[in-house]
Formats: sequence, structure tokens, C-alpha cells
Amino acid sequence: MVPFGGWDMPVQYAGVKAEHDAVRTRAGVFDVSHMGEFRVQGPDAEAFLQRVTTNDIGKLKPGRAQYNWLPNEAGGLVDDIYVYRVGAEEFLLVVNASNVAKDWAHLQAHAAGSDVQLTDESGRWGLLAVQGPEAAALLQPHLDVDLGAKKKNAYFPARLFGQDVWLARTGYTGEDGFEVFVDAEGAEALWEKLLTLGLTPAGLGARDTLRLEAGFPLYGHEFAEDLHPLASTYTWVVKDKEHVGRAGIQAQPPVKLIGLALERVPVREGYPVLLNGQPVGHVTSGTSSPTLGHPIAMALVQADAAHEGAYEVEVRGKAQPARRVELPFYKR
Amino acid sequence: MQTPNELKYAASHEWLASDGTVGISDFAQDQLGDVVYVELPEVGRVVTAGESIAVVESVKTASDIYAPASGTIVAVNEQLSGNPELVNSGPYGDGWLFKLDVTEEGGDLMDAEAYTAANG
Repeated sequence: MVPFGGWDMPVQYAGVKAEHDAVRTRAGVFDVSHMGEFRVQGPDAEAFLQRVTTNDIGKLKPGRAQYNWLPNEAGGLVDDIYVYRVGAEEFLLVVNASNVAKDWAHLQAHAAGSDVQLTDESGRWGLLAVQGPEAAALLQPHLDVDLGAKKKNAYFPARLFGQDVWLARTGYTGEDGFEVFVDAEGAEALWEKLLTLGLTPAGLGARDTLRLEAGFPLYGHEFAEDLHPLASTYTWVVKDKEHVGRAGIQAQPPVKLIGLALERVPVREGYPVLLNGQPVGHVTSGTSSPTLGHPIAMALVQADAAHEGAYEVEVRGKAQPARRVELPFYKR
Repeated sequence: MQTPNELKYAASHEWLASDGTVGISDFAQDQLGDVVYVELPEVGRVVTAGESIAVVESVKTASDIYAPASGTIVAVNEQLSGNPELVNSGPYGDGWLFKLDVTEEGGDLMDAEAYTAANG
């Protein structure tokens, strides 16, 4: 167990590789109850969220979920979030555990003067993520809704093992799967029931290797308050609309996020990236990819040095060859 | 968790055998998880007890390995370059790291009982 965002989180149960492989080939379950949840309600809810996020909330229909960003005025990110639309005037936001207090203060400040009610429901919800190619087939017999009719990013109430839950066909692994919102008091019982389905319990370690293979950025690594978010590959999250970060985000980012593949030596966050022997950036996330069998990394490099094919990463004083590869590293 | 009685253990989780063989403990490999890469010292290198001389990398992190004794590196486990997971499967056997011609042991080495007590 490790402390993380005020929670004690399991890094691994049986081992990162076994958990990772289970999610890629069958299905696993993550306890991600540490994530924060805010409810946003009221006549101005949509207009408020349009203003504080970069993606187009107007395109988000009830019963659907949308990946989104909370920009600051300088164009950095306060957080990257998921927005779930419950109804015309009601939304649920899921935010990173380590950013709950910061996000709450940011949203409160921008809500002043709007007819919108914010509720911090972080303590109310447990959140279990069932992920993997067999996730739907394993859950279906224990649900009162037809998962076949629920496409990616669907968000809907259901009864699972007789417990009232909300399900979203979303996740952070690059696999099909569902995130299950359950009352915090009912989360442990549901976890136990899910394990009886043969789901492999998976920890933060596998969550990180899976998301990295899938090319998903992670707040604190690929995103930060002082980092231009358009350096990432997720530029589609910024729509042409008025929002808090519009002026800051419009500038061209001086750095760009790239994917690197290495032969043998794993590279870690902070390691220097070299081009022709000169430092041009640094690794933001790195691991040995369990699926691909070799080390992979995301790195931020100077924009004018981001289109080469071959780089080196300095590992303990030695330059290791790395080639640039398209993100994501792995696609289902 | 295995902690063989015939070995000595450093607080930093290396074990030292009477013939100078060095590895990491069962406890350490379990904590590290899946080992994916091992960087070993050069044969012939003269090392000082407590000096960082190797690196064991798991999926998640890189961990320094410290010399449990002063001496000269006389052999390294070449098998680990192709099969680093041997550190997980046989921390006291095929997963050994290197062999030292010991001139002086580190001052804080523990016996199995003390090491187990420290990592209970």
C-alpha cells in the first residue's frame, strides 16, 4: 500500500504484470474510489461548464460521458476530468484524487454569480472500474440493463447484483469496460461480488502500465498547471469556444509530447532526452511495457526537435538509443 | 517469505554468502514486483561496502543495489541479461547478482533472524 492523494492505495495484488495481462486478455477490477466526484446542477449548469472546460459541453447529451479539461487562465491545466451528463441541468464531474481540493476551489470561484449548485460528492461514491475484453460478458448476467445497447461513453443507472449503481462505459486502460459508481457503504460488498466473477483485482501499478501503453496522459506527469496542454496528443479536447483558458491556450506550445520505444533499459520520469547528444527534453512517464515486451516512454521535447525518428535517453550517465513511435503504443 | 540462515543481510536488502555471492532477499524481490532489467557492475571493479553498484528495475521503479561488503567484483550473473525475472523466481539461486572477493564486510550486516525481525 502507498499513500496517494490522501488514500492508502494498493500498488499491486498478485503482481503488476499478471494484473496488466489479465486486463488485456480477460478482465480485471480496480478500486478507484479515491477519484473525486462533484455534482453540478441548476439552470446555468451547462453554461458554467462550457466556461470552465475546453471541450464542448453542448454536444454532451444526457446519458453520455465526455473527457474534458479544466484550464487555468494562463492556459495550463487545473485538472483533466470526465464529465457525465445526468440531465438537462445536471452533471457529475470525476476529478483526480490529488486535485480534489484545488478543483473544488477553482470551480467555486468561477461559479460565483451563476445559478448553479455545486456539491462535493467525493465521500459519497465508491468507484470500481471493471476493464478488459470480457468485462461486458462477465457483468451482463448480473445486471438489469442490456449492455449491448450501451456504447462507449454511455452513462446510465442500473442494478448490479441487486445494488443500485451508475455505470459508465469508460475507463483508463485502453480496453472496453465499465466504471461502476456505487454508494461508498456498498462498495466493499460489490467488490467482493465482482471478485466472484473471476475478475482479477488490479492496483495502481497495472493502472499506470495500462494507461501508458494506451497513450493516456496522467495529471502530474503529462499535464500540470504550468504546462501547455496542447503539447499533448489530446488537442481535440480544446474546442473553438469561449472558456477560462482560451487566451493562454491559443499560443503555440514550445514543447511537444512524443512516444519513445527502447530496446532493453527502462527509462523513468525526469530522465533527459537527447538529440545528437544535446538535451532536448525529458521523459514524463516510462515503464517496461508488459504487452509489447520492451520499454516505452512518453517525453516532452522542444517542439522544433519533436519530429526526428531517433533519440537517446540518458540513463545513469549512459545514452540509450530510443526511437520515436506514434501514440498510443497499444490500441485494442 | 524465505530468509536462509546461512546468509547475511544488509538493511538495504542485499544478501551475502560466505563465498562472496550477492543477491537480493526474497522480501526485496517481492516488494519490487516483476523484475524487467538488471544493470550489473563490471568484473574487476573495486567496490566499497555501502556503495551503489547495480540497479534492479521492476515494471514500476528502478532500485539501487548496494555492495554489502568491500572487495573486487569477480563474477556477474550473465543469465540476468536475458532473464531478469530470475531475480523473482530464485532470489537465492539462479537470481544471484554478482560475486565479490571480499576484503571487508559492511558493518551493519544482520543474521537471518535480525533481518526477518526488521522486515516482519
